Amino acid sequence: MTIDWSWIGDHTDDLTTLTISHLQAALTAVLLGVLISLPLAVIAHRIRPLRGFLLGLSNVLFTIPSIAIFVLLLPVSGLTRTTTVIGLTVYTLVVLLRNTVEGLDSVPVKVKEAAKAMGTRPLRTLLTVEFPLALPVIMAGVRIATVMSISLVSVATYIGDGGLGQLFTDGFQRNFPTPVIAGVVLTLLLAVVADAALVALQYVLTPWRRRRA
Amino acid sequence: MIQFDAVHKRFPNGTTAVHDLSLEMPEGGVTVLVGSSGCGKTTTLRMVNRMVEPTSGTIRVGGKDVTRQDAAELRRSIRYVIQQAGLFPHRTVLDNIATVPLLLGFSRRKARARAAELLETVGLAADAGKRYPHQLSGGQQQRVGVARALAADPPVLLMDEPFGAVDPVVRTQLQDELLRLQKELSKTIVFVTHDVDEAVRLGDQIAIFRTGGHLVQCAPPAELLARPADDFVADFLGAERGLKLLSLRTLADVPQGPAPEAGNWSLVLDAANKPLYWASKDAKDTKAAELPVRPLKDTDSLLSALNESIASPTGLIARVDAEGALTGVTSRDDIHAHAGQAHTEARVAA
Repeated sequence: MTIDWSWIGDHTDDLTTLTISHLQAALTAVLLGVLISLPLAVIAHRIRPLRGFLLGLSNVLFTIPSIAIFVLLLPVSGLTRTTTVIGLTVYTLVVLLRNTVEGLDSVPVKVKEAAKAMGTRPLRTLLTVEFPLALPVIMAGVRIATVMSISLVSVATYIGDGGLGQLFTDGFQRNFPTPVIAGVVLTLLLAVVADAALVALQYVLTPWRRRRA
Repeated sequence: MIQFDAVHKRFPNGTTAVHDLSLEMPEGGVTVLVGSSGCGKTTTLRMVNRMVEPTSGTIRVGGKDVTRQDAAELRRSIRYVIQQAGLFPHRTVLDNIATVPLLLGFSRRKARARAAELLETVGLAADAGKRYPHQLSGGQQQRVGVARALAADPPVLLMDEPFGAVDPVVRTQLQDELLRLQKELSKTIVFVTHDVDEAVRLGDQIAIFRTGGHLVQCAPPAELLARPADDFVADFLGAERGLKLLSLRTLADVPQGPAPEAGNWSLVLDAANKPLYWASKDAKDTKAAELPVRPLKDTDSLLSALNESIASPTGLIARVDAEGALTGVTSRDDIHAHAGQAHTEARVAA
């Protein structure tokens, strides 16, 4: 199996476009996943009876095969980017919801008590005390969801999307390994870079966790 | 002033935490609530700022019924200090202290400037302000807790075993600090502890609770120690309650005389007249030729004088002025006489 470097040289523009499209799909899904799971996690955290239901639901959604999700969505959103993003978002929920709930659980009772005792109202406590302190656990979930989404985008090739995944079908159909290898390498690279960026973001957002004694 | 009027607290599980409590906590004074665990002292404290709601009865702060006020606003004027401080781990020390001023709508700059002043008030270095709580020792964190409670000048402080988690040396320091601050600030303080010595040191009045949330006795420390209401209170105060009473009295009015020249021991002074040690004139006594002396000031307690007089080889204690120069000596007998008199006075005053 050899790499045809000239094919890569001829297709740099295509590769760039596919990489950007791939990243866009993954990041949009993670962003939507975060926006959906934050309020749901607060509900699951505050209202104990709903906790099992919400976490169970996210687990059940995760067990639906990815191709099946896209097929099920076809009548709703057709062969579009929207279908890809919805599908990916559903998968991110399983980690994002669970980690956000666990992050909120990890906030020390004493600290919440102190906030209340100083006259901080519940919403402000949530935004200025609970979320910041839950951030490390939430970010761990975001990192997993991001890497997972980046690897899953390729599945959407079945509905004509799929970012770098299109290189795999192209390579297989023509029995030509170079696009496949390029696709794998670029996907891996995207995952590594995105993960590193999230680590850096967390470092910036949690100054109190640096220089741990 | 904080008034409890026939306050009752039953928890949903059926336990009675506070039973028919009527109690007045005077303005500008320290009221200490003591008792063994489960006696309702913490519940009592937490009802003042509505962290716990009473089942029946009324609680007034400054004449106003607390249950008729907005809980969050009430809590901004009544500050609560808890064990291990409950600091926000994600905020710098300065921002921790600035929490309530910010809630009250101060600008960030003004809140931080005030926080920096408070840092000094509680005896912390200015550079501690930029650190995070986990970078401080337990004692320093507790000081930050007090500073945070003092921000925006609340009239009432609630302190729930605030010094329970620090070692005895630091605990004494923090108690001294609190007494010093209280002299300046005259806050109305409600202080919960299970440590009798701490209660005696800090309290203007002490309320003793018994399991089941019954208030047994509420009195100034001297009265409580001299005349416990019943066996429960006497047992709680401990066998040394007579000595504890002496910790409340100072040496100021105990007479002193010149250091004697005769006898086997003499007090050796340095050039500035500061006592150094007791020296034996007996040549055979080489093993104990020099014994340490711990000079006492007028502000020291009768209890430490009694202790020193027992340790001193001559039964005399060395008295010094604020600079540490010798002013005279006092005999064991004089100290005993005053100790007895202190007890008599406390009984009569009660």
